[in-house]
Amino acid sequence: MTMLFPSDLEEACEMLAASDGKAVPLAGGTDLLVHWPQRFEDHGRTFLDLSQLAELRAIRWSDSALILGGGVTYWQTLGDRAVCDAFPLLEKAGRQVGAVQIQARGTWAGNIVNASPAADGVPVLMAYDAVVELVSTQGEEEIPLSEFYLGYKQMRRRPNQLVRAVRLPRRRHDVEVFEKIGPRRAQAITKLGFAATHSAAGWRVVANSMAPTVCRCRTLEGMLEHGSPIRRPEDLMPAIRQDVSPIDDIRSTAQYRQKVFSRTLFHALFSDEK
Amino acid sequence: MKRREGLAKLMGREAYVDDLTVADCLWGATVRSSCARGRIREVRFGEGFDWGEFVVVDHRDLPGENVIALIETDQPVLAAEAVRHVHEAVVLLAHADRDLLRRAVEAVEVVVEEEPPIFDFRQPPEPAQIQHGNDNVFKELKIEKGDVDKALAKAPVVVEGVFTTGAQEHVYLETQGMLAWVEDGVVTVKGSMQCPYYVQKALKLALGREDHEVRVVQAPTGGGFGGKEEFPSGIALHAALLALKAGKPVKLIYERGEDMVATTKRHPSWIRHRTAVDTKGRLLAQDIEVVLDAGAYATLSSVVLSRAVIHAAGPYHCENVRIRGRAVLTNAVPFGAFRGFGAPQSLFACERQMDRIASELTLDPVRIRRRNLIRDGEETATGQVITDGTDRLKVLDRALELSSFQHKRRAYLDFNDTHPYLRRGVGLATFLHGAGFTGSGEVYLASEVHVAGLADGKVEVRTANTEMGQGTQTVFTQLVTDRLGLKAEDVVIAEPDTARVPDSGPTVASRTTMVVGGLIEKACDDLRRRLGLGNEERGEVLTAALALWHRQHPGEELLGTAHYEPPDGIHWDDANYRGEAYGAFAWATYVAAVEVDLRTYTARVLDFVAVQEIGKVLHEVLARGQIQGGVVQGIGWALLEDFRFKDGAMANGQLTNYIIPTSDDVPPIRVAFLENPYAHGAQGAKGIGELPMDGPAPAIVNAVAAATGADPCTIPLTPERMMSVLEAREVAR
Ligand SMILES: Cc1cc2nc3c(=O)[nH]c(=O)nc-3n(C[C@H](O)[C@H](O)[C@H](O)COP(=O)(O)OP(=O)(O)OC[C@H]3O[C@@H](n4cnc5c(N)ncnc54)[C@H](O)[C@@H]3O)c2cc1C
Repeated sequence: MTMLFPSDLEEACEMLAASDGKAVPLAGGTDLLVHWPQRFEDHGRTFLDLSQLAELRAIRWSDSALILGGGVTYWQTLGDRAVCDAFPLLEKAGRQVGAVQIQARGTWAGNIVNASPAADGVPVLMAYDAVVELVSTQGEEEIPLSEFYLGYKQMRRRPNQLVRAVRLPRRRHDVEVFEKIGPRRAQAITKLGFAATHSAAGWRVVANSMAPTVCRCRTLEGMLEHGSPIRRPEDLMPAIRQDVSPIDDIRSTAQYRQKVFSRTLFHALFSDEK
Repeated sequence: MKRREGLAKLMGREAYVDDLTVADCLWGATVRSSCARGRIREVRFGEGFDWGEFVVVDHRDLPGENVIALIETDQPVLAAEAVRHVHEAVVLLAHADRDLLRRAVEAVEVVVEEEPPIFDFRQPPEPAQIQHGNDNVFKELKIEKGDVDKALAKAPVVVEGVFTTGAQEHVYLETQGMLAWVEDGVVTVKGSMQCPYYVQKALKLALGREDHEVRVVQAPTGGGFGGKEEFPSGIALHAALLALKAGKPVKLIYERGEDMVATTKRHPSWIRHRTAVDTKGRLLAQDIEVVLDAGAYATLSSVVLSRAVIHAAGPYHCENVRIRGRAVLTNAVPFGAFRGFGAPQSLFACERQMDRIASELTLDPVRIRRRNLIRDGEETATGQVITDGTDRLKVLDRALELSSFQHKRRAYLDFNDTHPYLRRGVGLATFLHGAGFTGSGEVYLASEVHVAGLADGKVEVRTANTEMGQGTQTVFTQLVTDRLGLKAEDVVIAEPDTARVPDSGPTVASRTTMVVGGLIEKACDDLRRRLGLGNEERGEVLTAALALWHRQHPGEELLGTAHYEPPDGIHWDDANYRGEAYGAFAWATYVAAVEVDLRTYTARVLDFVAVQEIGKVLHEVLARGQIQGGVVQGIGWALLEDFRFKDGAMANGQLTNYIIPTSDDVPPIRVAFLENPYAHGAQGAKGIGELPMDGPAPAIVNAVAAATGADPCTIPLTPERMMSVLEAREVAR
């Protein structure tokens, strides 16, 4: 295994370009190093260490947005009162990623680029209309997170690009919901989950572990937009079937995922209980 | 007393087998079958490796019999002609480079000509699937008392139920591991284990060696829960075979994934009850059938079955009882010892059934237990008359009081009426657990204990019983200080090393404190006798006498010894399963409060109370720790630990997908003890370790039933399962 230690972001981009995109960026390593002894195919690879790049660790504000550097950890956001007040779902989701050790090392950008359909950071970022800022020796590119994924583990980031930052527009939200349903209360891979927000920009409903990628549920968003009458969880089923396509796997069943999605959504957004 | 073995563990200083550094040591690894059943045709060593660099061992390298000595002799050390389960060990490799070794294992292919496997232990086998006797049944047992058929025919109410429980992985913190080397012609293994003399026996048979040619040393052990009772014998043999062939020390350490898929688990069970009751809920007859999945080899299944059937009727009195049990071969990775040893399975069924009977008769689940709990002078299913004088109703009442059972029940009714999707309920389980080995087990073990009086005035306790987290060294020290009036620092606990300690039996079945502790006390008395002192002489008198003795007998060893002798009045008829199954029972009532989320079908335990009568509490902190830790394991088995099989092997053999409770999944666990000293246990102690594995599952599932009105009879009660159980309830309405 070869490890590259760039001293700044520019050098990181150069090293990545020089490796012809073959070097693998390593941030917290909480995805890349899992089961390391058994990952024979990775042992010979070259890794590019991002964890020491101060530029990536910064949390900044502009007039219109919160800018999370590409190396910001969950723990950093959890410790930042302003961030948690303005974007409470970042706190809610961040606290439910793994447990403290993982929150301390794991990064939002790593969660995005790992591209797991079960990622817990991605849904809340997507529900806040996050934009991914990519950088390479060839320049910069911006992609809305909701258009970032192309299919299972497929994304629009090219191998020579780094996530420089994730940008969240500042808006007033009157609804902010995040639900993670896992097999236990911590250190759990999500069986199904969703984030939902409402602002002047409209409704956002984002599901994870319900499709090959984390995705927006446009039919459900439309129903909320139009105030369609929903009296029971079952009434949501047709829209859910349009928006997502859960599967049976080692962690749960398609039926459970659909059913519980309808019930948690219903109780969070449609029922009049308090 | 302060915990003796705590600090080194807490500080990370304890050296487990993987921490031991040995010069010129090779790593060992295991090549396994990927087929569940068939004939081995060939072993292919793949391209790209210089196989001459590797130490390679197969069944032809065994100097002795190709058998892992246990109750039966059916399990080979290394598969020779045939394999009976996925992950069965076939070839061993050793090399100095661990990473290279890992790749090499992947490059060896065991070519098997498949034969029809059987995976469902509840189905009768097809002729082509028969691999043991004429029906694949390893062991069949029957307990019978009274006339069950007549009572069932006459009874006003008969309640039937079928209960199933899943496999369970031990998840000890330290995986299996063994270090082996040859020293002056003696094969020595040191590693993680519960029973050094079991390992020694296995080494002798398969290596064709005598007692003095094999030595077994227990390294500090990071948890066992039964998983290190019989399994270490095999891995010790593997390490020893590699070391013998290599002429170098070999360390064989399982990685977590390998440990999860290849080692023993708790036996899955299928249990059917037919219970005859009168309209007031009095038990008239219990007809119980217990079937255990034994897996591919017999291991300890016959004794697990024995404990399962003996506990199947619960802590109740009933005139007519029939319990039939069988342990059945399948081509699953063999099941083996696990905390509770069959009792948790049959007590789950029994205690769920009690609640189902109560609900059928619209009786209070507390009342039905009160009515049937065994009283002194009454007999258990095996005809053992209970005369211990324990107030079993007091155990129940204490649990009800501590848990505010009645108050919660009322409050939850209101809560459930108003909450949109949360439902709360309380449930209880009353149960018993037989302490120590079943029947004549202790007589066969014939345990021996030494307490040596040393020249420096200290005494050394020599037993083969192992510390693996439960605090054995602390309790042994405490027994000696209490008996001899010495300070803790004057008591040395010998390392369990078969070259130095006598065979005091295995560290299982909660016999260590009760039985071995009692022998330690006797050996202390014997030591005093050999010094010419009376039993009232303690402390400084003793220290002085020790010093004098050694001055008068330079270079000699002074040993107090004790041998097991069965208490009077214990008679066990193993052929008919009648008599005193155990010298003593511990009695308990556990109460769980749960909350079911109807959105997610998830059950969460809100509160847990565990009350038990265990003879005598020797060390309150340790006893509490045993109960609390066990309850956590019980919560996992009841709700979370969903063992998935593929071809008889664990399909979710990673800690990511095999879900054990985290600290956040565990409620406050409130523990209370009642004491009624047992005449034949150390200071009056009975067993304790299995109770917390027996009680949680039925208490929790009974609470779920109370909360939801559903009738769950299968564990683990995962959300997916809860969904179907609740849907069945909706349909039933
Ligand atoms: C015990 C445990 C529990 C976990 N629990 C959860 C959980 O509850 N929810 C959840 O969503 N995840 C969980 N994870 C997964 C993981 O922690 C998260 O996905 C985390 O956000 C990954 O971040 P990282 O910085 O560690 O990524 P890394 O492992 O360093 O990298 C992940 C991927 O992102 C790429 N990458 C990282 N940074 C950049 C960048 N700036 N530019 C371009 N590419 C980049 C890497 O090349 C790699 O492909 C868990 C992991 C573990 C080990």
